[in-house]
Amino acid sequence: MKFAVIVFPGSNCDIDMYHAIKDELGEEVEYVWHDATSLEGFDAILLPGGFSYGDYLRTGAIARFSNVMKEVVKAAEAGKPILGVCNGFQILLEAGLLPGAMRRNTSLKFICKNVELRVENNETMFSGSYKQGETIQIPVAHGEGNYYCDEETLARLKENKQIVFTYTNNPNGSLEDIAGIMNEKGNVLGMMPHPERAVDQLLGGADGVKLFQSIVKQWRDSHVVKA
Amino acid sequence: MYKVKVFVTLRESVLDPQGTAVVHSLHSLNYQAVSDVRIGKYMELTVEKSDRDVEEVVKEVCEKILANTVIEDYRYEIEEVVAQ
Repeated sequence: MKFAVIVFPGSNCDIDMYHAIKDELGEEVEYVWHDATSLEGFDAILLPGGFSYGDYLRTGAIARFSNVMKEVVKAAEAGKPILGVCNGFQILLEAGLLPGAMRRNTSLKFICKNVELRVENNETMFSGSYKQGETIQIPVAHGEGNYYCDEETLARLKENKQIVFTYTNNPNGSLEDIAGIMNEKGNVLGMMPHPERAVDQLLGGADGVKLFQSIVKQWRDSHVVKA
Repeated sequence: MYKVKVFVTLRESVLDPQGTAVVHSLHSLNYQAVSDVRIGKYMELTVEKSDRDVEEVVKEVCEKILANTVIEDYRYEIEEVVAQ
């Protein structure tokens, strides 16, 4: 399986993401610069964390207009797995691939620590290797992770089981403790916590590995068996 | 040519953590009369005349990029200026 790690000016978790895929999963992975005009040949797209375009105007607001985002939208429509972490999540929100928006953390502080998440839906291509209701330790590092959407959208998220991860102890004021949501189709996931920073005990924990393994397993089940 | 002023603020229904923090510090300075602060952004645009209606263009850029209408409201003032 071949992953693309999209690199925007100001991305800073791209190398962690690359390491997680290449060294921990042993899958193929390539960096793709933000002005690329094709994502052909990639089976999954990863939007890493960081401060794309210096967070100018709003987090993710400028990145969403970069060339490669047109291709990310196409890949999303084609049903390919798209994972946006932290700034990657913010970009997916700005691009309209996921509903809602981010506000400043209620504490106004940049929060960088390990948090506990609950797996709210394990019947997704991103969480299939976790148990339903399982709690996992994944680090967060953000100043704007306070998720917001209107009541109508929230009702839809709940109804379609699009809320994949929640915080057990809400660090940032996020609506309904939301840490990660997916689109209706189930192939685009955005989350503030960093699974790529939790792929080895040496890093303080390996609870993030299963997320990437879930993506690979789902892909193998649907592609390799057919071949 | 037009000078355009754009004001972007969080929607009334959206809590403004920055504004709340500023209200608290104003109260600690004994400005009890200030009951609410909403923090927003102010942008100045220079727009050249074209065959498109300037207001239409300004609205479009506000919706597309300057404001995130999920959580923000915007308003604008357009002033025509004659090049010197």
